[in-house]
Amino acid sequence: MADRIFYAMYDDDDVLKDGAKKVVSKGIKVNEVFSPFPVHGIDPIIGVKQTRLGIMAFLYGLTGLLLATVGMRYFMVVDWPMNIGGKPNFSYLDNLLAFVPVTFEFTVLCAAHLMAITYLLRNKTIPGRKAENPDPRTTDDKFVMEVRLSENRQFSADEISAILKETGIIELNQKELN
Amino acid sequence: MHKEAAIREPLVLGHKTFHDVTNDVCQPIEGKAPRMWYILFTIAAIIGLYGVGCILYLLGTGIGVWGLNKTVGWAWDITNFVWWVGIGHAGTLISAVLLLFRQKWRMAINRSAEAMTIFAVFMAGLFPLIHMGRLWMGYWVLPLPNQFGPLWVNFNSPLLWDVFAISTYLSVSLVFWYIGLIPDFATLRDRVKNPLSKRMYSLLSFGWSGRAKQWNRFELVSLVLAGIATPLVFSVHSIVSFDFATSVIPGWHTTIFPPYFVAGAVFSGFAMVQTLMLIMRKAFKLEAYIHTKHVEYMNIVIMVTGSIVGVAYITELFISWYSGVEYESYAFINRFSGPYAWAYWSMMTCNVFSPQLMWFKKLRRSLLFTFIISIVVNIGMWFERFVIIVTSIHRDYLPSSWSMFYPTAIDIGIYIGTIGLFFVFFLLFARFFPVLPIAEMKTILKTSGESYKNETESKH
Repeated sequence: MADRIFYAMYDDDDVLKDGAKKVVSKGIKVNEVFSPFPVHGIDPIIGVKQTRLGIMAFLYGLTGLLLATVGMRYFMVVDWPMNIGGKPNFSYLDNLLAFVPVTFEFTVLCAAHLMAITYLLRNKTIPGRKAENPDPRTTDDKFVMEVRLSENRQFSADEISAILKETGIIELNQKELN
Repeated sequence: MHKEAAIREPLVLGHKTFHDVTNDVCQPIEGKAPRMWYILFTIAAIIGLYGVGCILYLLGTGIGVWGLNKTVGWAWDITNFVWWVGIGHAGTLISAVLLLFRQKWRMAINRSAEAMTIFAVFMAGLFPLIHMGRLWMGYWVLPLPNQFGPLWVNFNSPLLWDVFAISTYLSVSLVFWYIGLIPDFATLRDRVKNPLSKRMYSLLSFGWSGRAKQWNRFELVSLVLAGIATPLVFSVHSIVSFDFATSVIPGWHTTIFPPYFVAGAVFSGFAMVQTLMLIMRKAFKLEAYIHTKHVEYMNIVIMVTGSIVGVAYITELFISWYSGVEYESYAFINRFSGPYAWAYWSMMTCNVFSPQLMWFKKLRRSLLFTFIISIVVNIGMWFERFVIIVTSIHRDYLPSSWSMFYPTAIDIGIYIGTIGLFFVFFLLFARFFPVLPIAEMKTILKTSGESYKNETESKH
């Protein structure tokens, strides 16, 4: 299906935000924004939902806590109750204090690493992947708003570019997709 | 909305645009390395290689090449280990704790401080590993199923807690650092002309595009990592102190150790950051980003943690008398008046007296003075660990086994060698990696940049 992508470029984050607000209020759906740094407040305007990675981190942490507890109970109580000064470990609960540091460290280890891996996978930032920012300047000082014709069928291509041009852009590029 | 109280000193001096930030950080990487870099790198590499040679000699011959004896079974090895781990505490503290407290000034220093952390923890980790003598059996510290019967590592042992603490700290700090680096590598990737560099940075940037959703996740991941790294920072040095505190040696067996070690670690870590930053801001012409105010903030941290350390020393001394335990009180009398009194008093002068000078505003805003104090503090912190470790054990319960510790050439070689290796890593980092967080720096430009602040002010 033929599609056309509009790349509206801005040179200021506040102008970009005002522009996005204006465009969205006209009923145009903004597909993506590329920016050199996190622009605070852009997400609700263009409809990006808050990430749920925090919940995942919590669950990963719980996994680590559970693994550490099960593991240490097996090593130190079940498989070989280590005998220290004639006092073997017969119950995990009675010896819990000594296991707190490792439990904590392992919880942090699992939460941090599994969250980082999830983050990289969800972001599709993986070694060897090609960058997809439309213009190399978007990692320096320019901000690009991407609008797709296919998602805004109620407007014609000329209408969209006219609306975009009113928002303080410095450049407007268009790309045809076939 | 970009607002900040006008009385706050700006964090970025002069008029900087987003593009200027990129330029200022990237130019030293893209250009040719200055002659000074090659000179420093060569010196560091020679010292580092000498250290590696000493380590290989030790592994081939045995731990006997160290100056340890039957009484003093731990000396420079563990001193160096604790010293390096301590230095490694500033980076994650800066990036994690200061992030949670929304301290914007951390952005000037967090990238290099984290790099310093990682390299320092590398150096620290070397010591317990080579202390095993048989390095190739290092994996025995992991709870792996094995063929020796149901033989597991001892989870009741603080030394094993240390294995978990240090490895978690190292790997989590590495991840934290790298996640922050990805967007900056993307900036470099889109800038550099040289095809080889372009490929390298392209690979390192993992295809980062700067989409809104990516930034949304980036911010949350930074926050959550900071949240879990904060207790981690405090736990690591607490656990290092357990190595001593859970033993029954007079002088080690104290409950004050965990907070006292953590304060000492932050103290020495910030001192090392000062040493490195003061050189770096000059060499990389980053004076607009790391200026007197940043140095002053760090000096305040040094002053506060130095005072905590001072209070801990005095409390420890008082309690040794107040406890009424004669062994305990002898351990401390021996510390300040025994054969190692010179080490004790150097420690006291460097760590308790010198940071108090930071109460004077003139002194804590003086760059030269800060540089000198930062080195003095690191010397003092090395002595602190030496005093705690060696003076507590060199005179034990049996006077016939009293002894002294004399370092051998290998002891010294390995210690100096780790300093060389540390600088090799740090110089490579400074040459090829963005030393300031480019993306994050841009987020504070409008609130804390000098020219922007003045602009908003003049409107009122």
